[in-house]
Order: sequence, then C-alpha cells, then structure tokens
Amino acid sequence: MIELQGITKTFRVARRSGGMKEAVKALFRREYTLVQALKDVSFTIGDGEMVGYIGPNGAGKSSTIKIMSGILTPDSGTCVINGCTPWKDRKRHVKNIGVVFGQRSQLWWDVPVIDSFELLRDIYRVPEGTYKRNCEELCETLELSEILRTPARQLSLGQRMRCEIAASLLHDPEVLFLDEPTIGLDAVSKIAVREFIRRRNREHGTTVILTTHDMQDIEALTERILLIGKGEILLDGSLEALRQRHAKVRKITVEYSSGTFPEAAGITPLEAAPGRASFAVDTDVLSVSQAIAVLTGNAEVTDLSVQGASAEELVVSLYEEFHI
Amino acid sequence: MLYLKSLLIHLKGQMQYKMSFVFLLIGQFLTAFSAFLTIYVLMQRFHTVKGFTYPQVLLCFAVVLLSFSLAECFFRGFDTFSGIIANGQFDRILVRPRSAVYQVLCAKIELTRLGRLLQAVLVMVYAIPHSGVIWTADKIGVLVLMILGGVAVFSALFVLYAGICFFTIEGLEFMNIFTDGGREFGSYPISVFGESVLKFCTYVIPLALFQYYPLLWLLDMTDKVFYAFTPLIGALFWLPALLVWRLGVKNYVSTGS
Repeated sequence: MIELQGITKTFRVARRSGGMKEAVKALFRREYTLVQALKDVSFTIGDGEMVGYIGPNGAGKSSTIKIMSGILTPDSGTCVINGCTPWKDRKRHVKNIGVVFGQRSQLWWDVPVIDSFELLRDIYRVPEGTYKRNCEELCETLELSEILRTPARQLSLGQRMRCEIAASLLHDPEVLFLDEPTIGLDAVSKIAVREFIRRRNREHGTTVILTTHDMQDIEALTERILLIGKGEILLDGSLEALRQRHAKVRKITVEYSSGTFPEAAGITPLEAAPGRASFAVDTDVLSVSQAIAVLTGNAEVTDLSVQGASAEELVVSLYEEFHI
Repeated sequence: MLYLKSLLIHLKGQMQYKMSFVFLLIGQFLTAFSAFLTIYVLMQRFHTVKGFTYPQVLLCFAVVLLSFSLAECFFRGFDTFSGIIANGQFDRILVRPRSAVYQVLCAKIELTRLGRLLQAVLVMVYAIPHSGVIWTADKIGVLVLMILGGVAVFSALFVLYAGICFFTIEGLEFMNIFTDGGREFGSYPISVFGESVLKFCTYVIPLALFQYYPLLWLLDMTDKVFYAFTPLIGALFWLPALLVWRLGVKNYVSTGS
C-alpha cells in the first residue's frame, strides 16, 4: 500500500545569464530562484496495482519517484509505503522496493553480469536459496543465461535493460519503480520487457509504478494513469475512462488525386501534404459519415481511413487541455 | 564480507585494462619518487632541517606518504565524491539497504595507488635503521599508531570533502590544499614551516598530531610521553567530518531525471 499525502518539494536553482561578465559576477553573488517541483501531491496505490505515471519533461515524475524510493526528502507531506516512511526508515524501506532508472545502470560496468548479481545478493542479504531460485527464474523469463558471463559494458542496450530489471528483482521486492524502462530500446526488446513486467505483476503480485513517455508502454501495461503537470496531479483514472472522455474526436486521413476540401464546422485540418491530408472530426458537431460526405464531395479520393484517438494523441490532447 | 567482495570486483574490473593498470601503478610510483628526490637534493645541501637529519626527515616522509596512499587507496570514493553525485551513482547507493558511508567506501577502491604505497614502504625500510632510533616494542607501536592516525586524518579529510560536495560542487579545489598539500608539506616535520603553520596543523586540521608530535617522541627529542598518543586525538577528526557528511545527506538534491 502506497499513500502520499500533500507532498511538496522545492528546489533552489542557481540562475545567471550567459556571458563572461555574468559568470564573474556569479562567482561573488549568486541569484537563486525557487522552483516548486511538487505541489501538494496526494494519491494512494493499492497492493498489486500497475500504475502509469505520465507527464511532460520536468513535470515532477522523477522527483516523485525519488521521494517514494527514499532518495529525496520532501519539504512537507507524508508518504507511507508498506508501513515505512522512505526518507526516515531508508534501509528498512529499500529492502522492499526495486528501482530501475532507464538512464542509469546499476550494474558494475567492467565485470560480468553474474558478478553484479552476486554482489547485490550480498548487499541485500538475500538468503542463498532465495537467490538461487530468483536468479534461475529471472534468467529463464528474461533469457539471460547467454549473457550472464559478459561484462555489462559489452551488452547491447536491450540486453542491459533486461539485466537491470533482473538485478532490481533479485531480492523479491513488493514494489517496483520503473523510470523510463523502455527508453531507447528496439521494438522487440520493448515488447519483451513489457511482457515480463506484466507477468511479474500477475504471478508475484508486484506493485508496479512506471514512468514513461512511450504511450505504448502505458497502453500495454497499465490500467490506471496518474497525470502530473507542473508539479500537480491533474488526473487520476483508468486509460479506458480517458479514452471515453476523448472518444468524440476521430481522425480521418484521405489520399486523393485531385480536388479541394471545403471548410466545414467540426472539421479541423491536421496535416496537408500533396495527395494526402488528415482532419480531426468532432463527432458532437457532425457524424463520421457526414464528414466523409463533405470531404469526398469535391475531391477524387483514392483511399480513406478513420481512426480513434491513440494513447499518444490522448496524451497530447490531455497536455493541451491542462495547458502543460 | 561486502567490502572484500567489492574489492574483488574492483580488482577484476581493473584487470580488464591490464596495461592501463600497470602504467598507472608505475606512474604513481614515479610521482612519489619526485617528492623523494626533492628531499634528497635539499638534504644533500643542508644536511639538517631544524635539527632533523636526512633519515629522520625520510621517516616522517614515509609515514605521511604511507598513510596518505592507504587512505587514498581505500577512501577514494570520498575523494572523487563529486563524480559520484554528478553521475547519479549516489541515487543508487541510497536505494540500497546499507549505510551510505559504507557503500561509498565500497564504491571505489583504487588499487593503482599501491604504486605510491610501495615507494613509501621502500623509504620506510631505508629510514628505519638509519634514523638513529633504537627500535623497542613501544617505539614500533607508536610508529604504527602514527600511520593509522595518518590514515584516519587523511580519510576524514576525504569524508569532509565529500560532505561539502552536497552543498556545492564548485570551488572545492581549496580542499586539495589539505589533502594533496598535506601530503606534500607533510614530507617534513611540520615545525619546519614555523609556529603558525604548526598551530594550524594542531588545532584546525590535525596533520601535526600524527606526524610532528609523535615523531619528537620517537626521536627522543621530548620527554612529554603524551606526544606519543596524539595520533589518537587526531583520529577524532572523523567526528566533525561525519557531522558535515550527515548534514549533507539530509540536504541531498539528486541530479537530472
């Protein structure tokens, strides 16, 4: 059980303009601006839930994860995760969590992966039996046996990410934080990682909190979305509910050989290229068939497709809605 | 033990780059050698410095170099702590269930520094019989105490440095005056530099406590017996260093995403 209540965090950021003169001035007196990274963030996540934590860059996602994993101390507010306050009972708390930072490795760079695993076993004081069982299971499900003896620096990004995830699960954590776990991975690796996370959640009941910019991650993994922008939680709901809310918009793409498209209420041009154009249709104003009639009335259309909003577009429209 | 396992990992890692390891080892040896050479040349000309003979200065040099290289070898994580903060490694450390000090200790073990250590041992081997000290058990004990006290003071300086890194990463070079500087001018008994430096190195940064005072006792230049135990007081320098470190961890703001 994860409960955050009124978490606030402010950072002091040094500020100066460019140029030599300013740089010299900054040596003696520095100006600071206070940046409020998190404003009164509250939410509750139950055991075994998978939650996608989304928001644009700099919205406060990483800060929240860092507070929940005991790295940062918030200015005010409470956070209780399975009975621990992360920044107060740090050592007890982190025994129960696994953290994967997509951009930072936790493996020892120059030694074979298996050595890193064994060192982690000692750091977390995992009993030998549990370690063996977990290691075997992880190696099998993440297909690591081939790469265990390779130094981490020689692994491809996809291989490394699989090792990172395994490394964060060796001690059977109840909560898993994934900070952009699929960043930079190819399609095959992405799908493998997603598949594994889903399986872990299903079979071990691990609570998963995932931040990502890849909406396919969210679509494939999570039912619940937390949207954060400018340090505030803007939305907390299921992907399905969001979709319903934005379902009134359809996208129509047409390919045409000649002709023009008249302007009409409820039809907004999105992109236009020679021979190809796309439009957003507001179904509150006119139906899809009406829109098609309008669009095909004056042009020689060769192909036409209608799409609902993808998760990607959903998020874009959310960001627009909240002006973040 | 976790520390030994980390040591093994570092050793394995450094062995991945064998040539680099060997060259660094030799390089470290040669740098230390230049310091030794300076003393040699100076002493050729002047024979004694403030009443200390050449082998006696060498003894002092060896103690300081030995304790510095031991501290640098095993506390390198604190010495390069700004890097550990900058590349996010400290975030990693905080999400693991062990004390942060212990993990930073394990994070970097620089075995190439053993080159310097070797040099110190060689100088020590020369100075011990030539210093004119009659080596009884208590004198040997005090020599060991000096070296351990030196390791404590230098490592505390590294921890202090790391603690300050939490507040500012810029302009920390001034700390090198005390670490690298301490090693360099610690080659001579501190009194050589005058009263005020000696006072500073007694009450502020306790370099003289493991070097000058016990050396006086070793060389029978004083009858104050407590001079033999001043390295123990020097080791207390860990307390303020740890305090700054603790404050720093509380104040920690991580970097980047």
